[in-house]
Amino acid sequence: MSPFDLVQPFADFAFMRRALVGTLILSVTAAPIGVFLLLRRLSLTGDAMAHAILPGAAIGYLLAGLNIYAMSIGAVGAGLLIALAASAVTRLTPLREDASLACFYLISLALGVTIVSLKGSQLDLMHLLFGSVLALDDTTIVFIAFVCSVTLVVLAVIWRALVLECIDPAFLRVVGGQGAWVHLTFMVIMVLNLVAGYQALGTLLSVGLMMLPAATARFWTRTLGALTFLAIASAMMAAFAGLLISYYLSLPSGPAIILVAGSFYLISVLFGPVGGIVTSRLPSRHRIA
Amino acid sequence: MTALPASATIKFVNATIGYDRHPAVHHISTEIRAGSLSAIVGPNGAGKSTLLKAVVGLLRPMGGHIEIGGCARRRIAYLPQQADLERSFPLPVFDFVAMGLWHRRGPFGGFRRADDIAVAEALGTVGLAGFERRTLNTLSGGQMQRVLFARLSLQDSPLILLDEPFNAIDDRTVEDLMAFVLRWRDEGRTVLAVLHDLADVRTYFPETLLIARRLVAHGPTRDVLTPGNLSQARHMTEAWIDAAPYCDDHHTHAA
Repeated sequence: MSPFDLVQPFADFAFMRRALVGTLILSVTAAPIGVFLLLRRLSLTGDAMAHAILPGAAIGYLLAGLNIYAMSIGAVGAGLLIALAASAVTRLTPLREDASLACFYLISLALGVTIVSLKGSQLDLMHLLFGSVLALDDTTIVFIAFVCSVTLVVLAVIWRALVLECIDPAFLRVVGGQGAWVHLTFMVIMVLNLVAGYQALGTLLSVGLMMLPAATARFWTRTLGALTFLAIASAMMAAFAGLLISYYLSLPSGPAIILVAGSFYLISVLFGPVGGIVTSRLPSRHRIA
Repeated sequence: MTALPASATIKFVNATIGYDRHPAVHHISTEIRAGSLSAIVGPNGAGKSTLLKAVVGLLRPMGGHIEIGGCARRRIAYLPQQADLERSFPLPVFDFVAMGLWHRRGPFGGFRRADDIAVAEALGTVGLAGFERRTLNTLSGGQMQRVLFARLSLQDSPLILLDEPFNAIDDRTVEDLMAFVLRWRDEGRTVLAVLHDLADVRTYFPETLLIARRLVAHGPTRDVLTPGNLSQARHMTEAWIDAAPYCDDHHTHAA
């Protein structure tokens, strides 16, 4: 295998180029969002939201077919609705947030699959659930790029407040008036990124490009900046390597990307320098202070 | 340090504070004088932390109200209990302490050279010079409390509220941190602290509020911490009774 083989599929095929561009752009914003989800112990929330967007996308599909705008609007609406419903149940009843999220995402998944089946084929269902990164058209890429640009700007603006809200929410509520807008803004950009991501990876796997790189990075560094940077880098490498593997081994490309990200994670769990299972059990000399 | 505005006062007017209509403390009416150094003491579940949270605006009183003079709510310096912090977040000590300058820089303002120096100085005064790049999760409980005190002093507030500042902290750290509290008092700031150790209270705090879900006594510490008052506080009705009857004292609580 020559180095040329690493670029040749992208040089030869436009669909491979588009898939690469789409997933690289997604990596830039999905990974930092994943880092915050991880640090705020909201990983499950990301997962639940990813499922929650399915019925919305399905309703868009029912009304307008495979139209990216209709499906995206439906998906964003459903995602935000479920986020609000889950937090309302948490606040108004004794049920904990993780339990209410689990309930809502099961309902959403079943509802979404049912709605798609009303009109579509098995193929459409597979497209919604697992995406079709090799079928990204220019409109979709522009949509993904738009969402990611907005996300970058929003993250830059709320960064300081977001960090403070993670560590010391009471302090933010005192000095900043109240912290609710930070959390809400963050939830909105998370849903937007999931909606952008499901075009490529499907509703079930789009959260994979958020959580796996973030969890991977946690085993390599302790500081927030490096964590964010490493998560982005590992998401990008997973996208690149996953597409190549899917090309040469004829595997489905979305799952291939997530599997590569997953193997980065497993390797880091074992050998990562910050708390990896093997690494932290190696004998090591300690300093005197 | 900027010139202090006239020192802050807190006035509780028949204030009732709690969660879900079950009051944690009720019908508190008293006044914290400008520039005073007061302790809040009482048994577990007496509503001490609840009272502070209401002053700082994290809880809204169910009845009555709390008036704060000489300090905007956003300018109050509040020390939360350590359990309320997410210390696994990988943030350097410098960045955490720098948040004490929020009143000057807000969520977007850039940091100037003078700000960097102020943060470094604040860390130096709590004995943690050189800790700037360490992350919060590597600190001991005592070091974390010093970091929180550094942030408090950067807030430069006329009103300082401390929730159990000396819990699970060794004697030497308590002494160092207490020196800060006394300096704040000398600078004319109003300080109100929830404390457990009655010996500390008797040594350092001229005034005391003794509460047990209601105000038992408030005044000079030696007049408040009498055996009679303390045993009265100990016999308070504990906790939360689902079917507790509605309170008919003086006024009804707002729903």
